[in-house]
Amino acid sequence: MAELSYLEAIRSGLLAEMREDSSVYVFGEDVALGGPFGVTQGIAEELGVHRVVNTPISEGTVMGVAIGAALSGLRPVVEIMFVDFITLAMDQLVNHAAKLHYMSGGQLRVPLTVRVQCGVQGNMGAHHSQSLESWFLHVPGLKVVMPSNPADAESLMRDAIRDDNPVLFVEHRGLYFSRAEAPAGGSGLAMDRAAVLRTGADVTVAALSRMVVPALEAAEALAGEGISVEVVDLRSLVPLDVDTLVESVRKTSRLVVVHEAVEQGGVGAEVAARVQEEALYYLDSPILRVAAPNAPVPCTPPLESSFVPDRERVIEAVRHALSGQPT
Amino acid sequence: MKAARQGRAKAPRRGDGNRELVELHRRMWLIRAFEEKVSALYAAREIVGLLHLGIGQEAVAVGVCSLLDADDVVYGGHRSHGHAIAKGADLNRLMAELAGRATGYCCGKGGSMHVVAAETGFVTASGVVGGTVPLALGAAFAAREKGAGRVAVVFFGDGAGQTGPFHESLNIASLWGLPVIFVCENNGYAEFTPLSAHTKVERLARHAETYGIPSATVDGNDILAVRKAMGRAVDNARAGKGPTFVECLTYRLRGHYEGDPGKYRELSQLADWKKKDPIARFERVLKRRRAASAREFEKAESDARALVEEAAEFALSAPWPEPEETGTQVYA
Repeated sequence: MAELSYLEAIRSGLLAEMREDSSVYVFGEDVALGGPFGVTQGIAEELGVHRVVNTPISEGTVMGVAIGAALSGLRPVVEIMFVDFITLAMDQLVNHAAKLHYMSGGQLRVPLTVRVQCGVQGNMGAHHSQSLESWFLHVPGLKVVMPSNPADAESLMRDAIRDDNPVLFVEHRGLYFSRAEAPAGGSGLAMDRAAVLRTGADVTVAALSRMVVPALEAAEALAGEGISVEVVDLRSLVPLDVDTLVESVRKTSRLVVVHEAVEQGGVGAEVAARVQEEALYYLDSPILRVAAPNAPVPCTPPLESSFVPDRERVIEAVRHALSGQPT
Repeated sequence: MKAARQGRAKAPRRGDGNRELVELHRRMWLIRAFEEKVSALYAAREIVGLLHLGIGQEAVAVGVCSLLDADDVVYGGHRSHGHAIAKGADLNRLMAELAGRATGYCCGKGGSMHVVAAETGFVTASGVVGGTVPLALGAAFAAREKGAGRVAVVFFGDGAGQTGPFHESLNIASLWGLPVIFVCENNGYAEFTPLSAHTKVERLARHAETYGIPSATVDGNDILAVRKAMGRAVDNARAGKGPTFVECLTYRLRGHYEGDPGKYRELSQLADWKKKDPIARFERVLKRRRAASAREFEKAESDARALVEEAAEFALSAPWPEPEETGTQVYA
C-alpha cells in the first residue's frame, strides 16, 4: 500500500474512474488547471481538457449543466469550490437532481457526483469555512458522504461516481494534506457503512470528517485513565448506518456525537433521534453533542479556534456522559 | 464526428409539402383539444392540482418540434403539455399523469408541471421558472461529446428572462458553442404582471445578442415563421455552429393557471389575440394553398377531440397508485 495524502487519494479515485469510464467528466472552476488545492492536477493533461471542463463562476448553471449531462448518459463530477457557494446551486441540486428520478416515476436517473470542500481552516471567514452537510440530509434523493481519511476518500470517490444517484462528496480542507496508507486504486468499501475505528466499552464517540481526529485523540488520552472509548466514523450520512451505531451503544450505553457544523439542526440531532428510537433503554446517560456554537464562523485566529470542537471538548463530553449528571 | 454532423446538416428540409403541413395542423389540434379537455376535467374536479395551459401557443410547440428527430431532446417549463405532445408523448399516458393515475408517465408522482416522457425525448418539465435552461445545456454538451449531431431544445417563457441561470446559461452556451436552441415563448405576461413591469428589455432576443448568440424574433402564432427560424437554428446546431435563440411572440388565451380570474388583462386584448389564433391562421394558409379539403380540416378537429375523449376515459378509469408507492423510486 502506498502512503497518500487525503487530497491525492481523492485524485487517485477520480482518475481511476475517469480512466476506466469515458463517460466520467469533471466540471468546475479552474479544474483544468488543477483546481485551487490541486485535486484535479494533471488530469486534463492526461485525459484532455474536454474531460476536465473549466467553467465560469456560475455555480447554479454549472450544476444544472452537470445534471443535464447526467440525464444524457454521462457521469459528471462537478466541483463546487467551497461548500459555502452551494447556496447558489441549491435549486438545481435540490429541486432537480434530487427529485427527477422520483418525479419521473423512475424514467430518469441522475448519476452525479458533487465534490465540495468544507470546514474551518486558515482564517477564511464565514463565507469559506462552513460545514453545511446537515441541510442535505433533509433532501430525499440525495446521498451524502464525508470521508475522514485517505483510504476512505479514494474508495468513496469511486463509489460515488459509480452510484446512479446524486451524491454529495464532502471533503474537509483541513484534511487535504494529512497522510495515511491507502490501497492503490482502492474501492469496494461499502459506501453506506460506518467504520468502527477504535473499539471500546464505556462510551461511544461518533464523529464525522475531520472531527474523527480529535475523537481518536480523546480516546487515546482517556485510555490512559482507564476509560475505554469506542470511536465510530460515520463516513456516510445518507444513508446513515444506524445499525452500527446502535450495536455500539448497546455495548457502551453512552453516546457522544462530534461534528464541526453548528449544533442546532446538525447531524448530531438526527443521530441522537435515530439511536434513541432503537436503543433508548440501553442508554445510561443522555446523548451528548459536541459541535460548533450557533454562530457564523469567525475569522480571527482566537475566535476561530474556539469555534471548532477539539480534543479537550470531546474529553469533557465523555467525562460528562460517564458522570451520569444531566447537562 | 464532423462528417456525421455535416451529413445531418445537408439533410433536406423536412416537411414543407402539403401533406406534412396538414399533419402539423392536425398536431396543433391535438394539443388544443387535449388542453381544452384538461380544462373541462379540472372544472369538473376530475383533475386537481396547479395547471398551466398553453392554449393559443400551439404554433410554437408544433413548429419547433416538427424540425427535430426522435433522439433530439426537449426540455420544457411549467406550461409544457403542448411541448410533450408535440415531441410525441402518448395522450393516454399524459392524461393519466395529469389525473394522478398509476398508468401515467410518472405514476402520478410528477403531475402537470413535471411531465417526463423520456422515450420521446421530452426529458422533463419543471415547476421552477427557468429551471430547465441549464439542464438543456448539459444535454447539448453530452450530445456534442457523443458526436451524433443531436440537438437540445429548451422552451421557457419571458418570465425566465429575468432569472440568473438564464443569463449564466446564455453565456456558457455561447462560450462553449453548444448545440442548444433557446425557444422563448414570449407571451407578454409573467404570471399576472406584464413584461414591461419586469424589465426594460422586452425583446428577450436582445439578451442573446449581448452574449454573442444568433437570434430571431418571430410571430409565434405563425407556425411557418416559427419553422423558418427554427430550421436555421437546427441546421446551425447540427453543423457545430453553436446555439441559437428563437423568440416567439405569442399569447396565452387562458389565465396563468386554471382558475386565474385574469383581471390583469383587458378583454379587448384577449379578443384581439383570439383573432390571431394560430390554428385558424394556419388553416387559412392551408386553404389558400388548397392543401386539404374543408372536410379534412373539420376532421382534424373532430379526430383530435375523439382521441382526447379516449385519453380522458383511459385516464379516469385507470387505477390510482398504491399508497406504498409514496416511498418508492426515491433512489435509483
